[in-house]
Amino acid sequence: MSSEQATMAPLSVAKPTEHRSSLLDRFLMQGGIVITFLIVAVVATALVEPRFLNRLNLTNVMRNFALLLIPSLAQMLVMTAGGFDLSVGAVVAISSVVTAAVMLVGSGYFPGMEIAIILLSLVAAIGVGVLVGLTNAGLVASLSLSPFMVTLAMMSVLMGIALYFTQGIPIYGVADSFITGVGRGQFLGLPIVLHVALVVLVVCIVMQRFTALGRHIYAVGSDLRSARLSGVATGRTITIAYVLAGILAALTGFLMTSRLGSGQSTIGGTLALETIAAAVIGGVSLRGGVGRAEHVALAALFLAVIANAMNLVQVDSKYQTLVLGAVLIVALAIDRLLLRKRQA
Amino acid sequence: MLEVTGFTKRFRGIAALDNVDFSLNEGEVHALLGENGAGKSTLINLIAGTFPWAEGVYRINGRTITSLTPQVAQEIGIAAVFQEFSLVPDLTVLENIFLGREQSGSFFLKRRQMRQAGTELLDGLGFHLPLDEKVAFLSRAQKQMVEIAKALRMRPKVLILDEPTASLTDGEADKLFHAVALLKARGVGIIYVSHRMSEIRNLSDRVTVLRGGKRIGTVVTSEISDEGLIEMMVGRPVEQLFPSIEHRPGAARLEVQNLTTQDHSVIGASFVARAGEVVGLAGLVGCGRSELCRAVFGLETIEAGTITVGDKTIARPSPASMLANKVCYFPADRGSEGLAMARSARENATMSSLDLPALSAGPVLKFWREREVIKAPLADLALRPMAPERKVSAFSGGNQQKLMLARGLMRPFDVYLFDEPTVGIDVGAKVDVYNLIKSLVEAGASVVVSTSELPELINLASRVYVMHEGKVVAELGQAELTEAQILSHYFGGRA
Repeated sequence: MSSEQATMAPLSVAKPTEHRSSLLDRFLMQGGIVITFLIVAVVATALVEPRFLNRLNLTNVMRNFALLLIPSLAQMLVMTAGGFDLSVGAVVAISSVVTAAVMLVGSGYFPGMEIAIILLSLVAAIGVGVLVGLTNAGLVASLSLSPFMVTLAMMSVLMGIALYFTQGIPIYGVADSFITGVGRGQFLGLPIVLHVALVVLVVCIVMQRFTALGRHIYAVGSDLRSARLSGVATGRTITIAYVLAGILAALTGFLMTSRLGSGQSTIGGTLALETIAAAVIGGVSLRGGVGRAEHVALAALFLAVIANAMNLVQVDSKYQTLVLGAVLIVALAIDRLLLRKRQA
Repeated sequence: MLEVTGFTKRFRGIAALDNVDFSLNEGEVHALLGENGAGKSTLINLIAGTFPWAEGVYRINGRTITSLTPQVAQEIGIAAVFQEFSLVPDLTVLENIFLGREQSGSFFLKRRQMRQAGTELLDGLGFHLPLDEKVAFLSRAQKQMVEIAKALRMRPKVLILDEPTASLTDGEADKLFHAVALLKARGVGIIYVSHRMSEIRNLSDRVTVLRGGKRIGTVVTSEISDEGLIEMMVGRPVEQLFPSIEHRPGAARLEVQNLTTQDHSVIGASFVARAGEVVGLAGLVGCGRSELCRAVFGLETIEAGTITVGDKTIARPSPASMLANKVCYFPADRGSEGLAMARSARENATMSSLDLPALSAGPVLKFWREREVIKAPLADLALRPMAPERKVSAFSGGNQQKLMLARGLMRPFDVYLFDEPTVGIDVGAKVDVYNLIKSLVEAGASVVVSTSELPELINLASRVYVMHEGKVVAELGQAELTEAQILSHYFGGRA
């Protein structure tokens, strides 16, 4: 960039805010904070509690990471499009219930056809996710309601449905091969859920960088009016973002069911906060238009590591939410201070 | 090529455009002239498909069009560059140019192809822009260039330019004029909205004048005088654009010494503004004169230098402390720095005066007095329409500017800093602003005007400081105030 500015004709334009981006600045802008956080967390945990590095424990961390990453990417999609999705956790819960219920009912009708039933339950769960995404998007895009309020209300509605349907009791009777094959399954020595999460991550990265859709999501989130005037189909773009988020949340519910071995209406209660935390720590702007999947992945890994560390040293779960909140505040403060420094 | 007849548009029952005819030929530059609120914006917005028209026939290349959206308009070859940009701040220059028109294969973007097309587009216009810079970091002039390039990406047959030079320096404007000539030669029809007579005279083939939503007339530019055009525009003969101001320089009211801002947009600048005179700050856009005003008002971080108001030295200026010391600042960017767009005209007018005894008793606002107190200043400024309860965003640009100025009239100040006071406002409103400056100065106030309009400097100021790359490079007295003299310092040394 500096070379291009140097070749500018003398008259062309008064120079814009000058960028004297040092190496450090650039590092910090390119997800450097998250990387630093992550390394510090990993090293500190490994020093304090060597059990952290156990293969079994690391596998556990990877699973938790995967199950946080997918809904965090969902959150990122909606946030970069200028919205919020507080209903992520509720979609996870209801799709878990739907997954288990379909399996339970399905195995009664088609005994022995486990794989078909598992696929059927996946389709059903994703169908729920699409439906919720369409509803959220419809209210946000067509009626221009506040995404915050729409998805908050949606969260309440979905939680209510899931709780009413199950009476709060887990739905057992999911296929054994589902638990052993997906939830506990490994491939190339790594959990299946991690593979799924990484595929989702790569798809997100490619979508953001190399497709018109990705660019339109940024544009819509950055400046809706300008995007519309530029010929971007804004309503459609917002809808796709919410629907993709719904699908990813539903996928999370499906995978969590395989891990827990039952459909539970009570999971996902803190996911709205956790996914927003991962997104924000990963550099996603609360005002939309900015944020990258790979940075969100690093942030999700960071959160998974500190959660694991706290479990290892047996921190009371009540304090864990306290720590999560504190980390979020620290991340926001650092982000703002850097922004101020950059603008100065 | 393009022809609209009987165009009518009403907003809440009020006709913004009333039975207007307009036509545009291939390779023609057709200027639109009119005061703010005359219906120019409405007309170009209808042509560009931003909102639907109520009555009228729209024909392009013989085809009658019944309804239009911005997307469809672009597809049939109508592109518009509005004053309010349609650029997305978080995307780069290149990404913005192709936004909504990305070239892509079945799934992936053709990034290399777009980069080449973008480079060719900008080179063809003679614009030099960093392709990978985020638009948020560009200057207003650069954004303007991106916006123009973006409008041309579809090779339009009709191009609408809404005051394209409002934020450009003369050099940049020349490039734009060159581009206009180029497009004209290619057969593109151009609808050109401007308040600058010289541009209309140099560029346009025909002029259509609007007033109060009606078409007053369409004339061939070469067959009418400037005075004739202004008369059509305001509906009465205009004696004089600039009032003659009696300067009686008195004691120094504001003295700035060796001021340097933290970002080095201003370096070691000194100037003095006395009571009873208008001091001009001249220079190219980006030379630091805006930043100098902002720094004095406490909006830029100061690294070194002193600011003295009256006999008090202000160590750390802040807007609150400067207002308390009777210094008032009117920003160039009405939208983002001046006005709360979603609030009423009344609230905006009194926003910085709520501590006056007339308006408050301790913490309690005398809200019943507010309506009375603002009557006089708003009447002085001839706010149109006189509707204090209306949201600011519903007023035209010139009237928004008047609301900004109304704030400064709520109480007497010693020093008034104006940054680009007449950008994007019409001749009628300009005269109102000039008369306001005259009355302030003649009442003994000190006025500092930072402007890129040379005629304003020459006709209003008693002294002018010229800035270049953050430094004050010359001080000119009234006798030396000619265009040539001022311009000779624009690029630092003597030309």
